[in-house]
Amino acid sequence: MSLNDLLVNLNLIMPITILTAWACVLLLVDLFIPKERKGITALLAALGLLVALALVISRAGVATSAFNGMIMIDGFATFMSVIFLFSGLAGIAVAYDYLIRSGIERGEYYVLLLFSIVGMMLMAAAADLIMVFLALELLSIPLYVLAGIAVPRPDSEEAALKYFLLGAFASGFFLYGTALVYGATGSTALTEIVSATTSGGVNLSFLVIGAGLILVGLGFKVAVVPFHMWTPDVYQGAPSSVTAFMAVGAKAAGFAALLRIFVLAFPPLAMDLTPVLWALAAFTMIIGNVIAIAQRNIKRMLAYSSIAHAGYIMMALVPYGQGNVAADTVASALFYLLAYMLTSFAAWAVVIALEHNMGEGRDTDGLSLEDYSGLGQKQPALAAAMTVAMLSFIGIPPTLGFVGKFYLLRTVIEGGFPGLALIGLLTSLVSAYYYLRVVVYMYMRDGEPVVRREPWLYFTALATAVGVVVLSIFSEPLFNWASQAVLKLI
Amino acid sequence: MLLEYLPIAVLLILALLLAGIVIALGHMFGPRHPTERKSMPYESGMRPIGPGTRRMPVHFYLVAVLFILFDIEVMFFLPWAVIYKKLGVFGLVEMLIFIAILGVGYVYVWKMGALEWE
Repeated sequence: MSLNDLLVNLNLIMPITILTAWACVLLLVDLFIPKERKGITALLAALGLLVALALVISRAGVATSAFNGMIMIDGFATFMSVIFLFSGLAGIAVAYDYLIRSGIERGEYYVLLLFSIVGMMLMAAAADLIMVFLALELLSIPLYVLAGIAVPRPDSEEAALKYFLLGAFASGFFLYGTALVYGATGSTALTEIVSATTSGGVNLSFLVIGAGLILVGLGFKVAVVPFHMWTPDVYQGAPSSVTAFMAVGAKAAGFAALLRIFVLAFPPLAMDLTPVLWALAAFTMIIGNVIAIAQRNIKRMLAYSSIAHAGYIMMALVPYGQGNVAADTVASALFYLLAYMLTSFAAWAVVIALEHNMGEGRDTDGLSLEDYSGLGQKQPALAAAMTVAMLSFIGIPPTLGFVGKFYLLRTVIEGGFPGLALIGLLTSLVSAYYYLRVVVYMYMRDGEPVVRREPWLYFTALATAVGVVVLSIFSEPLFNWASQAVLKLI
Repeated sequence: MLLEYLPIAVLLILALLLAGIVIALGHMFGPRHPTERKSMPYESGMRPIGPGTRRMPVHFYLVAVLFILFDIEVMFFLPWAVIYKKLGVFGLVEMLIFIAILGVGYVYVWKMGALEWE
């Protein structure tokens, strides 16, 4: 590689390059911003994200590979990058006032957020297992730190440690899988893995075990049962603004890697892997939804809900090996991730608005279901946003969640797994119980909810809730856009 | 096939034998005056039992972490220097980018006061 090649390649991944440089500069600039004016850092971070977003959108439609095929810039990477950048913007919007009132405002928060988003964007574009691993670490390590940024609050420390230990463990699984795949096929590049497999002479049992270990490693990240144990504790202990970002970003990035690796490299293994994916999806949907019923703490409830939604998206991955359905697998998963992002931020913004009374060493409050009593009378706008989010989580029209679930189920039935689709439907029905319980508390119980009136929180909650409803009306072009993001070998 | 591993097996047995002999000799001929302090798991006077959340000076910890960080990153210079001529300008630019990123971390650590002892 010559100097010229380097510049050309850096230019090909310009949004990522810019965001990385911006984050580094921001880390230095932040040192000279006085403590009480960290809003400037937040603003600058958001500005960087907007610039990256503009670059990503202006380059939509480009399909090329960079860095000797380590990175693929295509419709898939573009679509996922848009999701990541929007969740970054929403993550900053919900964090700003929350950090000030919890007394944990630090400039590093926004810088770490940017680094994590760089990792996610790389993850969606990575076309080599080594690259996926690097991106995985780059997105995870800032999240470990962010989870523990509320030191010395014990629950935040606990969350950070648990997330770090299990995340490192998962990375180990992923690496071991990569090593086995390399051993079987002689390459870590997705294109060469698939060509080696189809040309024969590959030790298939090693390849299947490797693929399984990769599935385990990424399964930890997206929190599918039985790799979900860390989720409730980490989501509950981490500062809520971090949880909101983590629940969307890390999950979407994990699925981006799963989709790209499985759809591009592992179709020849579909016979062996499809039953595994089937079981993972079914167990995740059932266990996530059933345990969520028992939760009285809203953060824990949303954590189990996020596990359940990982199961729904996993469902689309089951028929990944069938050539005619694979395109729908990708499109419906992408569409659902978009729906999940908007819905999730609407819900978390309301949760953050109601969280209060966080003195040092004391437990957080305003997080139990009872604290939502009377929200419908006192704060109709927030209650409406929460209601929309809950309806979208269940999958009731006219919300994006309904359309997303429709496409997911259609993919599963197309792929010939009506039983799994039935489980998806039934567990959605079960989930209505705990989602609607929040709505019941908000509108049918009297109470005096303590609510923070913070403009950015309100804006995020309302904008995402409106987006969930309005975009569901225009879901057709949106799905078409997602369909263009099919994964192809370049 | 398995015969190829014979030297390793021989080495293993010899090592075990030698270690056993040395320990046995020391046991037979060495003087012994056991005291309570000497019988502790760590003879160096370190107390093995105590509260788990003991206070400890965090300074050393910080310095150690920073040392490991910069030490390992500087290690990357070594392979780079070996093939520097082959890489040419490209290698230089790559290394400059690397140093710039390292420098960001250094300035951050410095400005945050992590390098000051008190």
